[in-house]
Amino acid sequence: MENEKNQDVRMKELLVDLMPKKFDRQGQIWVVFLVLVMGLGLFAYIRQLKHGLIVTDMRDYTSWGIYISNFVFFVAISLVGSLVSAILKLTNVPWRTPLVRISEIIAVSAILFAAIIIIVDMGRPERFWHLFVYGRIQSPILWDVIVITTYLTISVLLLYIPMLPDLAICRDSMVGVPKWRRKLYKMLALNWQGNKKQYAIMNRSIQILAVLIIPLAFSIHTVTSWLFATTYRAGWDSTNFGPYFISGAFMVGAGAVIAVMYVLRNHYRLEKYITHRHFDNMGKLLVLLSLVYLYFNINEYLVPAFKMKELEGAHLRELFSGHYAPMFWSVQIFGMCVPIVVLLFKKGRRPLPLFIISIMVVVGAWFKRFLIVTPTLLHPFIPIQNVPLSWTRYFPTWEEWAITSASLAGALLVITLFVRLFPIIPIWEVAEEQNISHELIIKPVQ
Amino acid sequence: MEKPLDNSRRDFLKTGILTAAATAAGLGAIDALSKTESASSGEKVKLLAPDGQIVEVDKSDINHILPDFPVENHIREGVAGKKFVMVIDLSRCKNAGKCRKACSKMHYLPEGRSFVKIERMQDAETTAPYWMPMTCFHCDNPPCTKVCPVDATFKLTDGRVAIDNTRCIGCRFCMVACPYSARVFNWGDELLAMSKENLEGIKEHAACSSHVIGTVEKCDFCPHKAKNNELPDCVTACPNGVFYFGDELEDVVSNGDETVRLSELIKEKAGYRFLEELGTKPRVYYLPPANRQFPFKEMPLDSIR
Repeated sequence: MENEKNQDVRMKELLVDLMPKKFDRQGQIWVVFLVLVMGLGLFAYIRQLKHGLIVTDMRDYTSWGIYISNFVFFVAISLVGSLVSAILKLTNVPWRTPLVRISEIIAVSAILFAAIIIIVDMGRPERFWHLFVYGRIQSPILWDVIVITTYLTISVLLLYIPMLPDLAICRDSMVGVPKWRRKLYKMLALNWQGNKKQYAIMNRSIQILAVLIIPLAFSIHTVTSWLFATTYRAGWDSTNFGPYFISGAFMVGAGAVIAVMYVLRNHYRLEKYITHRHFDNMGKLLVLLSLVYLYFNINEYLVPAFKMKELEGAHLRELFSGHYAPMFWSVQIFGMCVPIVVLLFKKGRRPLPLFIISIMVVVGAWFKRFLIVTPTLLHPFIPIQNVPLSWTRYFPTWEEWAITSASLAGALLVITLFVRLFPIIPIWEVAEEQNISHELIIKPVQ
Repeated sequence: MEKPLDNSRRDFLKTGILTAAATAAGLGAIDALSKTESASSGEKVKLLAPDGQIVEVDKSDINHILPDFPVENHIREGVAGKKFVMVIDLSRCKNAGKCRKACSKMHYLPEGRSFVKIERMQDAETTAPYWMPMTCFHCDNPPCTKVCPVDATFKLTDGRVAIDNTRCIGCRFCMVACPYSARVFNWGDELLAMSKENLEGIKEHAACSSHVIGTVEKCDFCPHKAKNNELPDCVTACPNGVFYFGDELEDVVSNGDETVRLSELIKEKAGYRFLEELGTKPRVYYLPPANRQFPFKEMPLDSIR
């Protein structure tokens, strides 16, 4: 009886700490900022719909630009969902609990905006349905459509199903909130009672989904790399592209989780739940993933650079010492090499330095995607001649920047609103770890 | 040098059609022709017999069985009984630019935009530069159609690679897949057509690329010309006879001035296909820039790699 009282006190504490909270001033400003960025992007997109893709700086030679590299970036980041909620789960890593939902919502919002940005890139977005009616299964784009929709579905399930007990907690204990939210929690909680049978079904489902999502995650980014590797272009014509993309994706995904968990921890004072240990472990994970990525980078650049075939050589010279050299070396050094060195030290894995490093990793990864997509297109098999000089370069127009920024803001807004509405740290799992009985989790004392 | 079959006949395709008729009829038909000499009109026509021999028969003896041509806007049908092919003689090109202009005019493209390119090529610093006109190669193993997600670009029975601009979603995967940068995109109005007024009242070419904003276009081998037994405009516009166009099945190509056997031309002049190692199997052959008709003269280019 005494023990139960203790458990009850701890459960109440958990609820105070972890239930979704109203936006404070900072939160409100943040949301307004994101909405404004999205509004500007929407305005730019309306212009693009009206005038066509001529409003971009893409032309016949540089026919893919930052929409595509941004798409690859989103797909890459989304892989973190499978990393934390599947790989770390199946390998029984105990400290993953508070990070699961963070990584899963990053995955869902990223993959959602990957799908949106690819429609933005289409010259005829209103013909999107052609993909389903006239789709050719032989085309890598169709493979991408299939894998992305499947991955999105499984990711949403992997976010939602482990949320059921928490949704029930929201349903039962958040009485002061507006009616629509109570209705929402009630509907989403699917009559969760917290009995043994329900827990068994849920745990079994999570287990199955966690196994399913790993091959899917590998497929989604391998197929995305094949959009490039299946062509003849110098810089893309590489058998290394699948693992190269996947290793980079896990790295940027881990960086994104670290960045988000740092912000949430500071803003919502979650130091008790997201501890130094979590940062230290994520730092170790990030350095491991960065080392793997470094290995594939060496493969990707050193081997062709050793041979310096005509076109491949022109492409590599442009990256190593030409027009794109400043960006290339910044990305490779600050987005990969410096993180590896810093994170090897325990001091480098403390929250603030790790947060800064993770931002460097994420920003570097965005520009890395740009360097993968665009410079290659400027080195076709036949020389670029007899076109306006501006067609031989690519610098995105304000419309492209605005739309791309809007998609990034949109992904952040989805995460922000999710945190506003739902517990971002799985309450029931933390409670379980603290040996609070299932009955108490579902029936908190008012 | 290949001995021309018939220098006087510019309209080689007509011969081709008659050949097709003769081939279809087979040897029995030629026997039949020889038995009905009584109704002779006196006018003789040359035919290519199935065994490769040129035979002369009376015009009145020929039944004009024309193969089916694509009906207007039947963009997915090739010209029956044909396998179009092109040969480009690099020894004759001096970058006169007439092919480009003719192509722009024929396809109602704005100034400077064309489906034909003339590239200044120089294989190595120590080798001689030359001009290289390029159309779409209409590859037999086309990388562009392989990647299309909606079957908006496809291979036709007559060898052409065509585009359905009502189907294309504008993803531009075919553009990055094409190793020859043959494809162009309709980015916006100003690149679409000469001008709105000029286009008014003009019927779009049947079975030809139509200008749809947000979709991909390219050289289409002018099927509406082939349908009427004519050569594409780039071929006829060239003052130097650089382009030969014809039918692989008949083994005949013509540059408007002379009509020659495709296989002989390629054999005699060491014809080759550009970037053969990619395995795309282009339907456009090149004759090397040897024994040139014109000395190479540098011309300003907007930009060179």
